[in-house]
Amino acid sequence: MRHGKYPFVIGFLFAPVTLYVVFVIAPYAQAFQISMTNWRGLSAPQWVGFDNYRRLLDDGSFWKAVQHHGVLLLALPLITIAIALFFSFLLNVGGKSSGGQRQGVWGAKFYRVVFFFPQVLAVAIIAVLFQMVYRPNESGLINGVLMKLGFDPVLFLIRPNLALWSIIAVLVWQAVGFYVVLFSAGMASIPGEIYEAAEMDGATKVTLFFRVTLPLLWDTLQVAWVYLGIAAFDAFAIVAVLSVDGGGPDGATTVLAMEIYRNAFVYSKYGYASAMGVALFFLTLTFAALTLRLTKRESVEY
Amino acid sequence: MSITPEHPAELDRRTVLRRAAAVGMLATPAIGLLSACATSSGDEENEQVGGGTKSATNPLGAKEDAPIEVVIFNGGYGEKYATDVHEPLYKKAFPKSEVKHQATQAVSTVLQPRFAGGNPPEFVNNSGEKFLDFGALVNDGQLQDLTELWDAPSVDDASKKVRDTVIPGVVEQGMFNTADGGRKPFVLYYVSTVYGIWYSGKLFKDNGWTAPTNWEQFKALCEQIKAKGITPYGYAGANAAYYQWNVILTQAAKIGGTDVLKNIDNLEDGAWKQDAVKQAAEAWAEIGAKYSDKSFEGLKHTDVQLRQNQGKVAFYPSGDWLENEQKKDTPAGFTYQLMPVPGLTASDKLPATAIRAAGGEGYFVSSKSKNPRGGMEYMRQMLSKAGARGFTETVGAATVVPAGSEGFQFPPGVASAQAALKAAGKDVFNMLFDNWYKELDTEARTATNELMFGRIKADAFVERIQKRADAIKKDSSVTKFKR
Repeated sequence: MRHGKYPFVIGFLFAPVTLYVVFVIAPYAQAFQISMTNWRGLSAPQWVGFDNYRRLLDDGSFWKAVQHHGVLLLALPLITIAIALFFSFLLNVGGKSSGGQRQGVWGAKFYRVVFFFPQVLAVAIIAVLFQMVYRPNESGLINGVLMKLGFDPVLFLIRPNLALWSIIAVLVWQAVGFYVVLFSAGMASIPGEIYEAAEMDGATKVTLFFRVTLPLLWDTLQVAWVYLGIAAFDAFAIVAVLSVDGGGPDGATTVLAMEIYRNAFVYSKYGYASAMGVALFFLTLTFAALTLRLTKRESVEY
Repeated sequence: MSITPEHPAELDRRTVLRRAAAVGMLATPAIGLLSACATSSGDEENEQVGGGTKSATNPLGAKEDAPIEVVIFNGGYGEKYATDVHEPLYKKAFPKSEVKHQATQAVSTVLQPRFAGGNPPEFVNNSGEKFLDFGALVNDGQLQDLTELWDAPSVDDASKKVRDTVIPGVVEQGMFNTADGGRKPFVLYYVSTVYGIWYSGKLFKDNGWTAPTNWEQFKALCEQIKAKGITPYGYAGANAAYYQWNVILTQAAKIGGTDVLKNIDNLEDGAWKQDAVKQAAEAWAEIGAKYSDKSFEGLKHTDVQLRQNQGKVAFYPSGDWLENEQKKDTPAGFTYQLMPVPGLTASDKLPATAIRAAGGEGYFVSSKSKNPRGGMEYMRQMLSKAGARGFTETVGAATVVPAGSEGFQFPPGVASAQAALKAAGKDVFNMLFDNWYKELDTEARTATNELMFGRIKADAFVERIQKRADAIKKDSSVTKFKR
C-alpha cells in the first residue's frame, strides 16, 4: 500500500517551499512591482510605469557601474582561475613522482591550508584589512615600506585608473584559495596512470598541464567561471568599505549594488533602486545562461 | 529497531498527516507575512491617544498617563543627555507617563520599517550618517507641525513663547514646504553649530603665527607652515568631502553675499555658476594643489583629525563638534581654536568675521505616532533652561537656547567658536541644500574631491554640480523646498 506517499512528500516540502516563497520569491517579485513606482520608503507608492527604466538609460553612474561589471567579469574569473590552476597544479602534480604516484611540490599540504585562509575571513574584515594595506601614507603596509625606501607612495585607491584594479586584486586574493581547493579536488580524481603514460611518452610538465590536466578539469572550470562571474556582479561589500567616497574617486570603482544602496538608503528612491536591482537580476541571469551555453562541450570520460 | 523509512509508504498514515499538519501550522504565520509586504502602509492607522487637559504646566495638552517613545542617535553626542537629563525632566512633569528609550547608530535602518508599518515612535533624533530624508518624511505627512510648540509658553517663563527663547533663525531652519503649498516648522535643530577652520592654539603660539583674516595672509602663512615641514591644510576625501564644499561655499557667500547660498538652496538656474562660487572654487583649488597632501583623499576624517592632533596638519575645516569628537586623541595643551573662513578680496560683500552657524542635530515628532502631543511636550522640556543646561553640561556643546549656556565654562575650542559667533553679529548665515537634496550633496562631495585633488578646474567643478542641480530640479519625484 502506497497511499501515504503524497501527503508525506507534500508534508516535507511544504515548509521549505513556503519559506522559500516568502523570503526569496516574494521579495524578488515585489522588487519588480516597486521598480514601477516612485516609492520613497514611507507612504504608499504611486505607479509610474517604466519611468524608472527610462531614467536608467541616461544615468551616468548606472552605466559606469555596468562598465565596471564588464571589466570585473573578464578580469576576475580569468585572473583567479589562472592563479588557482597554477597553484593547484603545483600542489597536486607539480612535484616529483614517487612510486608512480604524482606528488605536489615540497610543503604542499602546508600551502593548501595557507591559501584557504582568506576564505575563512569575513568580507568586511578583508576590506578593513586592505584599508591598512593600501593606506596612502607612511602608515600603510605597502606605502610604509616604499616610503622608507625613498619612493613616492602609490595612491592605490585614489588614482582613478588604479582604483578599480586595486579592488580587483583584493577580490582575487580572497577568491583564489577556494578555487585552489576546488581544482585540487578535481585533479585528485584524475587517474595517475594517465600522467604516467604521458610522461613515458616524453611529455613535459607544461604539456601535462595543457594536454592532460586542463581537458580533464573542464567541468570544474566551468563551474568556477559561473561562480566567479556571479561574484563579479556583486563586489558590494569590498567596494563599500574599501573605496574612497563610496565607489569613488568620482565613481571610478562603483558597482551596481553600490548604486542601488545609494539610491535606496541615501536618496530614499526605493522605486528607482528597485529598477536597478531588476536590471542587475537580468544581467546576472543572462550571464549565467550564456556561460553555460558557450562552455557546453563534451566532457571527457575516463 | 530503526525506524528509518526504508519503505515510506508503510509509515502509519495518521502519523504522516499529523506531521504534515504540524508543518503546516509552522508555516501559516509565514503566509500572513506575505500580505504584510514592504510597501503596505496607511491601511492600519495607528490609534492615537487623545489629548490631556490643557493647563499652565501642560499648555500643549499632552495626555498625562500616555507613554512616549524616544529614539536617540547614539553618535557624537551620545545618548546620556537624553537618559540623564531630558527623559527625567519629562518624567518629572508627567509622573504617570512612561518614557521608552531607544538609542541607535543607524536611524533609518531601525525606523524606516516602523514608518512604513504605520507605527513610528513619538520622538526621533534624526541624525548621523543614516538619517531619514527629511524631505521624504515631510512629503509623506509623517512630521508633526511644530507651530503650536513654538507658540506655547516656555517652561521657565510663561510670558515668553518658546520661539523667543531660541537663537534667531532656528525655527526658520526647521521649516519645510508642505504638499499644499504652505510652509511649516517640522524640525527642531537643537545644537548650536559653528563652522570654520580649526588650528592648534599651542602650535601657532610656539611658532609665533597668528590666525589670518584675509586671503593674502592665509596664503602667506600656508607658505610659512609648509617651510616648517607641516602640511598647511587638509580635509579627508574618503568620507568627509562635505567639510570642504562647506568652506568653498562659505567663502562664496562672503564674496557675493548670502544670496549666493539662497540661490543654491532654491535650485535657481545657474546658481552654482555664479561668479562668487567659481572664484572661491578657484582659490581653494590652489590651496589644494599647493598646500595640501594628495594622500588625504584616501583618508577618513578621523585619520586627518588625528594627524592634526599630532601636529602634522595645521588647518582643518570642521564644525564645533570637532573638539568633543577628538577629546581622546588631543594632547594636553593643544587648545583647539576656530577662525572664520577667510574672505577672498577687499570688495567682499560680507566682513571677515561673517560665519556659518546653524542649529545642528535634527529632532522631530511623528505625526502618525500614538502620542504626538507628548512628543511636542518632550521638546518643550528639552528647550527649557534646565534641559538646555543639562545637555550642555553632559556633552560640552552649546544649544540653541542661549539661557542654557550662560556662564558655562566651555572648553577652549567651543569657547572660541562662541566668541566668533558673537563677533559675527548679524552676519551669520547657513545653507540647507544638503539636507534637502542628498543627491546634490553627493555630487558636491565628488566634485569637491575632483577639484581639490587637482583632477578638474573650477569651471568644470561648477559645471558638473549645476548639471546635477538642474536634473534634480526637473525630477518630479523629488520634493522641492524654498527659503
